[in-house]
Amino acid sequence: MDNLVIAGKAYASRLLVGTGKYKDFAQTKAAVDASGASIVTVAIRRTNIGQDKDQPSLLDALPPSEYTLLPNTAGCYTAKDAVRTLQLARELLDGHDLVKLEVLGDANTLFPHMPETLIAAETLVKDGFKVMVYCSDDPIQARLLEEIGCVAVMPLASLIGSGMGILNPWNLKLIIEQAKVPVLVDAGVGTASDAAVAMELGCDGVLMNTAIALARDPLLMADAMKKAVEAGRQAYLAGRMPKKLYAASPSSPTTGLIG
Amino acid sequence: MIAISLNGESSQLAAETTVAQLLQQLGYAGKRVAVERNGEIVPKSQHEEARIAQGDRLEIVVAVGGG
Repeated sequence: MDNLVIAGKAYASRLLVGTGKYKDFAQTKAAVDASGASIVTVAIRRTNIGQDKDQPSLLDALPPSEYTLLPNTAGCYTAKDAVRTLQLARELLDGHDLVKLEVLGDANTLFPHMPETLIAAETLVKDGFKVMVYCSDDPIQARLLEEIGCVAVMPLASLIGSGMGILNPWNLKLIIEQAKVPVLVDAGVGTASDAAVAMELGCDGVLMNTAIALARDPLLMADAMKKAVEAGRQAYLAGRMPKKLYAASPSSPTTGLIG
Repeated sequence: MIAISLNGESSQLAAETTVAQLLQQLGYAGKRVAVERNGEIVPKSQHEEARIAQGDRLEIVVAVGGG
């Protein structure tokens, strides 16, 4: 079976989804289920003291017993905050240590702060975490993160929430060619073809949130993304035909033409 | 009474309140939360024993939707 294997564990779906930007938990769960995702990211935030304590929580809709939750460090601008956040997440999830690391460098672009990311990654790996790390599409940064011991590298296709798709397929290919750990595109996917292209380039998986949550019909888009990731993966495994500038290579016979 | 910072806000608690008691008072008993005191995680196993002190900075977090 062509499973996605991360840190020695196999997952049936190569599509990973976030849980942000949805209307409510019901829609979040419906979209996650429509996507077929096995791994689902969550953020860690302060409880709202004083809010009605009987309000349902995200984990009521997406229990850890049914989904592999991937706590992230969204909103962290320093390695220190990212490390703190994931330590809290690990405590919250009873020792679950597969996590997504992201350290941002700019509040407008949400571009990753790579020096802080490297520092955080080193600390987290030493503390026993299995780190899937969001990073720039810089092959050297990706290699450094892999050498530190991250279990997956997750270069951006384009800026978080931008939906611009893959802006630099060449860098992505470089990262894929050198990596010995899974490479997942994370950030910037906007529509199904973006996900398919990522998989055709040889990515092991795709992580997305806004592309589904902000589609006009999120459930339909979630299903489209599921199919796109599967189609792209199949095309990759099938081995595409070579591209040629021109080839005089028709698909129909060149003999027996009527005269 | 002791004065602490709870999720960034000033708060007053009875002296000797334990983390477990505080969670109970806030309605978080049995819910999936994590607690940090002065920058260090207070593991669940220690919630009953850990007593909150004057000036403590507490963070109580949950999982929420995010990408």
